[in-house]
This record gives sequence, C-alpha cells and structure tokens, in this order.
Amino acid sequence: MNLLIAILVLGLISAFFGAILGYASIRFHVESDPIVEQIDALLPQTQCGQCGYPGCKPYAEAITNGEVINKCAPGGEDTIKKIADLLGVDVEPLDENHELDKKPTVAFIIEEDCIGCTKCIQACPVDAILGAAKQMHTIIIDECTGCDLCVAPCPVDCIEMRPIPETIQNWQWDLNKIAVKQLD
Amino acid sequence: MESIIERINQHKFWQFHGGIHPPEQKSLTSDKPIKQLPLPKQLILPLQQHIGRQGDLLVKVGDKVLKGQPLTQSTNTMAVPIHAPTSGVISAIKKSVIAHPSGLSELCIFIDVDFEDTWKPRKICQNFTQLSHQEIIKKIADSGIAGMGGAGFPTHIKVNIKLDINFLIINAAECEPYITADDLLMCEQSEAIVDGIKILDQLLNPAFILIGIEDNKPRAIKALQHATKDIEKIKVCMLPTKYPTGGEKQLIKILTGKEVKSGALPIHSGIIVQNVATCFAISDAVINDIPLIRRVVTLTGRALNKPQNVWALLGTPVSYLLKQTGFSSEIETQISTPLVSNPSIASPPPVIMGGPLMGFSILNELVPIIKTSNCILAPNKTEMPSAFDGNSKEVECIRCGQCADVCPSQLLPQELQWSAKAKDHQQLTKLNLFDCIDCGACAYVCPSQIPLVEYYRIAKAEIRQQQQLDIKSEKAKERFEARKFRLEKEKIVREEKHKKAAAARKAAMSKKSADGSTASSAVAAALARVKAKKKINAKNTNEEIKNGNNLQVASNEESDEKSEVKAAIARAKAKRLAKNNEISEKTATNTEEKKQTNSIDDKKYRIALAVAKAKAKVQKENKEPLPASSDENTAIATTETDDKKARIAAAVAKAKAKAKAKKEQEMQEDLLTVSSNKENLPLKSSNEESE
Repeated sequence: MNLLIAILVLGLISAFFGAILGYASIRFHVESDPIVEQIDALLPQTQCGQCGYPGCKPYAEAITNGEVINKCAPGGEDTIKKIADLLGVDVEPLDENHELDKKPTVAFIIEEDCIGCTKCIQACPVDAILGAAKQMHTIIIDECTGCDLCVAPCPVDCIEMRPIPETIQNWQWDLNKIAVKQLD
Repeated sequence: MESIIERINQHKFWQFHGGIHPPEQKSLTSDKPIKQLPLPKQLILPLQQHIGRQGDLLVKVGDKVLKGQPLTQSTNTMAVPIHAPTSGVISAIKKSVIAHPSGLSELCIFIDVDFEDTWKPRKICQNFTQLSHQEIIKKIADSGIAGMGGAGFPTHIKVNIKLDINFLIINAAECEPYITADDLLMCEQSEAIVDGIKILDQLLNPAFILIGIEDNKPRAIKALQHATKDIEKIKVCMLPTKYPTGGEKQLIKILTGKEVKSGALPIHSGIIVQNVATCFAISDAVINDIPLIRRVVTLTGRALNKPQNVWALLGTPVSYLLKQTGFSSEIETQISTPLVSNPSIASPPPVIMGGPLMGFSILNELVPIIKTSNCILAPNKTEMPSAFDGNSKEVECIRCGQCADVCPSQLLPQELQWSAKAKDHQQLTKLNLFDCIDCGACAYVCPSQIPLVEYYRIAKAEIRQQQQLDIKSEKAKERFEARKFRLEKEKIVREEKHKKAAAARKAAMSKKSADGSTASSAVAAALARVKAKKKINAKNTNEEIKNGNNLQVASNEESDEKSEVKAAIARAKAKRLAKNNEISEKTATNTEEKKQTNSIDDKKYRIALAVAKAKAKVQKENKEPLPASSDENTAIATTETDDKKARIAAAVAKAKAKAKAKKEQEMQEDLLTVSSNKENLPLKSSNEESE
C-alpha cells in the first residue's frame, strides 16, 4: 500500500511539473535567431562573391550546410575567428586561393571613358552604380562595398579600384606614434 | 531646486569623483591684458571648424571679401558658416593642414589680407529684448557660432530648445593649467558677457543661471559679480580649483549635485551648459552684428619670451602668433624643419594646441587658429620634458589603482587600458569607454607613465569606425537583398510575358490553320518536297554533272538560309558582271566550260562557278534567251578578264563557297556526285526571283 502511495504521489508530482514545463516551453517559446542569420551578420556584406557564392547570405547558407569557413577574403582572419567561435569549430587560416587585401577600396569610373554600356550596373551586387544605356555611369561612393565585381565586365576598362582617402572622419590614431620602449 | 539654490547661496557645493591638482601655471599670462595683434599677411580658414558638417562655399578664388562677409553658407542644421575675419582677396581654396591631431589636410580658404580691414555693412542692434526668438537664433546661426569651450557644437541648435530649463550653467571654470583666455575675457568684457547671458536667458528662460568659476580667478569673479549684481537670477559660483571642474558633467555635478547618466545629455535633466566665451560671441553677434571671426587665444609656455593672451583672428597661422610672442628661435628652427605629419619623426614638436592635458601636438606651423582653439602652448624642456622626449617612458602597469581614484567619470582606467590594448571592443563598451572625457587625469597620475588617454582615443576612433562599417555593411546587405528581390520579380514578369507571347502565337497559328491557307500544311508540303528530293538524289547518284545548275541545286538543298543569302549576294554581283561582259564575250563555248568543270577537282572552285552560273542564269532569263553564252561568260570572267569587279565578285563567291564547304564537309561527296534535279530547279529559281 505504502509503495503504491509513493508511486502515485511521485507520479502525480512528475506529471504536474511535466505539464508546467510543457506549457512553459510553448508559452515562453523563444524564436532563436537562425544560424544562417547569425553567420550572415558576421560576414562583411561586401557581396563580392570571392567565396564562390553570389553574396554573403548564400555563403552563410553554404556554411550551415558544411562549407568551410575560411573563404571570406574581405572579412579576413577576424571574420573566420568570429564564425569559428559561433559554430564551435577550429579557426582555419584563410583559404590560400583567396588573397587578403586589407586596404578598403571603392570603385571609380573614369567618366570620360565610359561608353554607357550598363554592364557594370548589372554586375554591381548592391546597386551602387548610377547610369543608363548610353549615359555616363557613376559610382555612389557611400554605397560601394569595394567588391571589384564591376571591374571585369567593363569593355573599355574605365573602372578602377581606388583606396578610400584618409579624412578626419576615418582617421585612426596611430599607436606607433607612441614609441613604446622595451625594458631589459 | 530650492535646496540647490540654498546650498549655492551658502557657497556649499557638491563634489565630483576624483580630479587632480596639477600646477596651474596660469600666472604666466593671467596678469597681462589681451593684446591686439597687427594683421597677419595671410589667413587660412578651414571650411569646417566645428562638430557637424561644413557649409557650402559662397566665394571663389580671386573674389574680394569684406570683413565679416560670409564665406560659406549652411544648408544643413549641423553646418555652421564661416566668415572673412578681415578684408582681402581670396588667393586660393585648397587643402591645407588643419588643427587636428592627425595633421591631415582639409579644404581651406586662403585670404590675402589687404590691411584695410573694411567692414561689411553692419546693423547694430541696441535693444535685443525686442528681437523675437527666431530672429535671435537666426542671428546666432548666421554668425557661425559654435561652442568655444572645445567641442565646437553648433550653438544655434543648443539654444533652440523648447523644453523647460531649470538651470543655465555658464562654464567659466577654465580648469586646465596654463589657459587664461576665458579669465582675461571675463576681466575685460564682463559687460558683454553678461549681455550674452541675458540673450540666452531670453531664449531659454531658465529658472536660474549659474556661472561656475574656479576660485583661482579673483579678478574675473569680481568683474562678473559687479556686472551681475542687479540680476537676481544670475549666481556667480566660486568653485574650489580642481581639474577637471570645467567638464560639462563635472560642473553640473558640482553645482547641482545631479549626475548626468551615461549616454544622456544634460538637457534631459533640464540643464544647459554654455561656455563663457560663447556668451561673449553671442552678444557680439546679436548686438554688434559681428560674426565669429576672432577669439582670445592664450599663447603661453616658457619657450615664449612674451607669453600673453591675444585677440587672434580665426585663420591666423600659429607660426605668426608664435613670432609675435617671441618664440625662441632655437625651437623655431625645429618646428620649421619638415615636420609635415610624419609620424616616424622621433621627437614630437614642442608646440601644443590646447592645454597640456587635453591638447595635441601640432605638426605644422601653418596650422590656423579655429573657433575652438583656446591655447597655444610652447613649453621648454624643463617644464614639459615629455614633449621633447620622443621615447615614451611607458612601463608596465603596476595596478596601483591611482587612475581609478582620479577618474572624474568613475571609470576603471586600467581595465580600459588592457581592453584597449587587446582591442576588445565589446569589453570597452561594457566598461563605458564612451563616458571618458579625455581629461587625461589618469595619465597624469600614472606612475608607470602610461599614456592612457592615447590608448582610449585610439580605441574610441576604432570603435566609431567599426560602427560606421557595421552601418555600411547593414546598408549593403539591405541593398543586396533589395536587388535580389527586384531581379526575381523582373524574372517572373519576364517569364509571364514570354508565356503570354507564346500563347498568343499559338492562338494566331491555330486561327490561320482554321482559315485554310495553312502554315502547317505549307510546312508539311515542304517536308514532302524535301523527302521526294532525297529519293531522287539517291537514285541518280551516278549521273554526270550536266551543268552548274546541278551544283547550285545541290548546294541549295543542303544549304540553310544563310547560304541562300550568300548566294543571293553572289548572284547579284554576277549579274552585274554579266551585264558588263555581255557583248564582248559571246563566242565562248559550252565545251570549254564543261572541260573546266571536269578538269578542276577543286570543289570550292566549282561551287563558286556554280554560284556564278546560277546568277548568270537568272540574268539570262531576265535579259535574253542566250543559252550557255552567259554561263561561259562568267567562267571566262573569272579566269581571263582583268575586270576588277569580276575578280572581286568571284573572290567573294569563292569565300562564301569556302565557308559553306567547310560547314558542310560531310556533304561534299554528295555535292560532287549529285546530279541535277530538274523538277526542283525552276521551283527554286523562281522562288529566288520572287525573293
């Protein structure tokens, strides 16, 4: 009899808590950020396609499907490290097929050479080129991600990548100015 | 609020955390009047001298400008115009080194001074109380006034506030060592400053106006007390000297006991702080219609023979000011050596813009005075050895904690320093790096001589840039996604259009077939014809080639539209050629031609011939029923005549035939052996003619 009571009581208690937990898991369900979005947020969004995918989000999707994490050249080591942290995998060096260029650039159209073919407009992943057929094109510098994709399609080679000029707004204090003396 | 005023009346004040007492060094300049300087030869005016955006240029090179004439106009609320500090001619508008720690160049207007100092027409307003709110704000905005305490926030934005203001605090603390510009201004221009305060009172209507001034300026305090003795609302508060009392949040804490929350603005607590020099500029602008074209600058340091406060026109090069105060030549040679923003130079130049704690070394003597520059400090080796010694004496942090004791923002400087060195931006944000006011108290007390503020500045700039990048990448993502969406939409639209067009075509076709004169039956007939042709070809494989028409037909059979077009061209040419040679070449015989066709096994040549013949035939039909004569006409033309045209025609025909032959290599056998199909020939040629 005692045994039965014990089983009954414990059973009731577990059923009760189970019900509470079950209800809570539905009632307080948290829609967690899908992993694709999280990876996408870490990528630099240059949409350059250097990873072999047509943009940052497709690459993020590919990573969740098992693609290696070291293909993002604009993001560099930092991005790889962050993605590795997120996914709990080992940090890998940047894919040797992808060279690292740290200097941020923007595309520049030599306007007198432009023939208005609109090929670069079609290539731009972020719609940062303004122009129309047989009209001169120009780059919206604030929107350009420096992805390089417009350079190749240009039939007259009038697009070049130029480094972003240093201004007071983006100037960085130079740590090297503070000469650190090493003690013996 | 009453209790606050009571406390103030009893000269009891609150205290902010930390703070330091560095040697004041103010006696160097505090006892000398503000000196008027002769005009410099050239003024260099950076377009942007404040926080915000630069205005749009109103002048061009070669323009003559009058004193006080606006050089830029503001198109944006955050933009502040600049004005010509004296009359002269604009000699250049180009990039030049500006007063910024980076030593970078920005767009500047160069004015060659004409030494006449001719004013633009001015409208002096004797009674500002009659001006409306908007009129005063417009005057302030048009005069280009930006906060003169250091940050340079556009004043017209700060005073255009509709909220209830409890306290208007006038910041006259001037807590940084060496600097006495505000002190002297208060001594000499107390009436004007009080006028400026009255204007602010009119605009903001605060409950009380507190002038916070450190007790190391007895003359200024006396002058202000004298000037404000009739005004109940204004209270001159004598504060104990301590650095950095003049910090906005620190001054608020001392005077009202209120702490401005991290990330919040004083206005959220009903408090506005204005610098005392800004008040003077406001009174100058509103009453005398003098835009912000000059300011008091303390020229100090023991490297100067005559340190003194001066009225400096904005845009005056620092080198000129230093010359006026007897900058010892030994150092001058140092500064004029190529120091142009070269960070690799070991010894930093010994001229500092701003005070010793918050200022920055300037790297070029051409750097001009701007709206926010209050001090030029030229120290000698004994008073500031660190400015001369290129190598920092930084050693490891010994965790003494003195920096945390003196931090007026109650931060943890050593924690910040480690995180800054590790570039751990998240941790820095968590430690409230952005509440750091760059006062330099921590670096001042650091026994390890760690330049803490430098590290914070670097980290702040990095975080700001990272934020910019984040915003940019977010924008890029949005645009990328928008583009993808757009392309997909376009694709769907296009597909639909194609579907519609296809459906329309189908409908049209079925309609036609219903009519009877059918497209489909025509196709069927053509197919039947082709089949029949093939049959006959198979039967007649061994038959001789009788004339060129056979070839023509054969080639026609295999050729597609393209070759037909080519043939048509060749035909037209041959026709012309035949016309030319009609009369002269009538005697040639069929046999000759036959021999040729037999002897020459060059396929291409034969095809060419065939083409030419076909043309000739057509022509023959048109012109005269001369059998074979025109046939050999062409043959002879190709072989014998020098007629250029004929040769060209033949060449073209040949080239075309060659292309055709190449394309139809497998058919060549057939081409050679196939015999004429007499049924088809008239049909074809008639078709061609109709074409």
